[in-house]
Amino acid sequence: MTQIYAYIPFKDGVAADVALEFPAAAEKIEAGASVTAVVTGSGADLDAVAGEMAKIYKEVIKVDNAALAYPNAEVVRKALVSILPADAVVLVAHDTFGMDLAPGLSVKLDSSYAADVVDFEGKDGDVLKIVRQELGGAVSTHVSTDLSAGAVITVRPGAFAPAEGGDVGGSVTDKSGDAGDLTAKRTFLEVVEAEVGDVDITKSDVLVSIGRGIEDEDNIEVAQELADAMGAVVSCSRPIVDAKWLEKSRQVGTSGQTVKPKVYMAMGISGSFQHMGGVKGNPFIVAVNKNPKAPIFQVADVGIVEDILEFMPELQEAIEDL
Amino acid sequence: MEILVCVKRVPDTAENEFELNSDGNDLDRDDLVYSVNEWDNYAVEEAIQIVDEAGGSVTVITVGDDEAEEVLRREMAMGANNGVLLSDDAFEGSDGKGIAAILKAEIEKGKYDLIFTGAQADEGAGQVGGMLAAMLDYPYASLVNKIEVDGTKIKVGREIEGGNQEMNEIELPCVLSIQTGINEPRYVGIRGIRKVAKVEIPVKGAGDLGLDAGAVGEAGAKTKRVDYFVPDMGEGAEMLEGSTEEIIEKLIEKLKAKGGL
Repeated sequence: MTQIYAYIPFKDGVAADVALEFPAAAEKIEAGASVTAVVTGSGADLDAVAGEMAKIYKEVIKVDNAALAYPNAEVVRKALVSILPADAVVLVAHDTFGMDLAPGLSVKLDSSYAADVVDFEGKDGDVLKIVRQELGGAVSTHVSTDLSAGAVITVRPGAFAPAEGGDVGGSVTDKSGDAGDLTAKRTFLEVVEAEVGDVDITKSDVLVSIGRGIEDEDNIEVAQELADAMGAVVSCSRPIVDAKWLEKSRQVGTSGQTVKPKVYMAMGISGSFQHMGGVKGNPFIVAVNKNPKAPIFQVADVGIVEDILEFMPELQEAIEDL
Repeated sequence: MEILVCVKRVPDTAENEFELNSDGNDLDRDDLVYSVNEWDNYAVEEAIQIVDEAGGSVTVITVGDDEAEEVLRREMAMGANNGVLLSDDAFEGSDGKGIAAILKAEIEKGKYDLIFTGAQADEGAGQVGGMLAAMLDYPYASLVNKIEVDGTKIKVGREIEGGNQEMNEIELPCVLSIQTGINEPRYVGIRGIRKVAKVEIPVKGAGDLGLDAGAVGEAGAKTKRVDYFVPDMGEGAEMLEGSTEEIIEKLIEKLKAKGGL
């Protein structure tokens, strides 16, 4: 029986949504596998999360240390290497913390590694069958990884069904005494909060959101005019902010804003999971993209294969004529 | 400041529509357009800017075949001083750890203060930087979108959820994975490429690096890609077809119904 450990990320005493998704991921690795939640942190926040996890997981390990109060990946890695068996199968979220932690953890545990997994197709002996994506979600791949000496696997948040409510009455084991040396060559200083922009895209019911398909900074005006006609606000995907064409506060995605509009107009946006991770509340999604294979068409409600630079002005005109 | 930047030649997601080959197990690679991984341009730009301020040199390195040399030349045209190509049939089929082990062998022959990778590449794993750091026992920070150099310590900003930035102090030498948006990579013209066309780029294989061929490549890989496929994603979007006027008419009806107008 595979022994699986799930590292639970949390903030301010509340576990991330992915904490509810690890059990379904583990079940797909091996039906009936035992899953232990691991929480590291300090004080009341840690105890609150450990208590919550004991409703979902039969076994919870907690490691309490002042050095773990903020999740510094180097410190967390040291603690995990001290408390986990070398052949553990460790599940980590593929988020900004998991990406910091997991690759190095797999080296220190001398185990195999697989990143950003969207599905598992069970085991064949010691070989785990994995589904992931490449090239920004344009293609999917089957990947195999050898579990015989353990594995560290990051799973995509939102890819697995969340556990239902209820209480399994699990127990919390305190392994704080086994954490070992937690000194690190990297020191956390502070979190700098995102700047508030001139427009709050999270407050708008309708977003005209632009991506690479806008092609040029001067074309943003075309999107703005459509947004004006619709009574909407212009938001964007990451490349537009990287190019400094719009402020960071306009960016939708896991590294930008989380929005919950009624209607989301994805204009020339390919639809990476990082971008769609910022679109919540099940809006009506309209995707316009000249590439018929753009991943956005898999998640949109309505798709149109057109060049947005030609389509947006025509749509604007038609709306103004209503 | 001696800076090494690890780069990769990848299929360009902006220039290609990806199709499977006739066997349905690999990409149809015949007409693929390749370029340098987007994240790597930001890493090279950042390295050049640091060296402009603090002195030192920038070396770009890649693990790949003969064709990978072109991405080294492109980054040297940006302003990197040296290029190194790590190439050997024995490297083929390496997983993330294999690539990190190959890079580590070369890094240990030099003396670098900073090692950069892109935050991720074509496979979307974001794994090599963190593995390399752990193998070297160097500190690591991923998704770096700000670097302030101050003597032997540096401050780095990491991009975290919600557009927030996590500031850290990190000892040198260290490995950093660089996120897009940290700077504006300079444009490389054809003239720049020509200037570096004749510069010699050393090529090193497993023997030169003192690597056991069985420990890297497919033989050493615990994680292997089996095939590519097109997933069954259910119905997907309702595609509106017809003339642009017809499409717009249908779209407006839907937008009205859904509160978009």
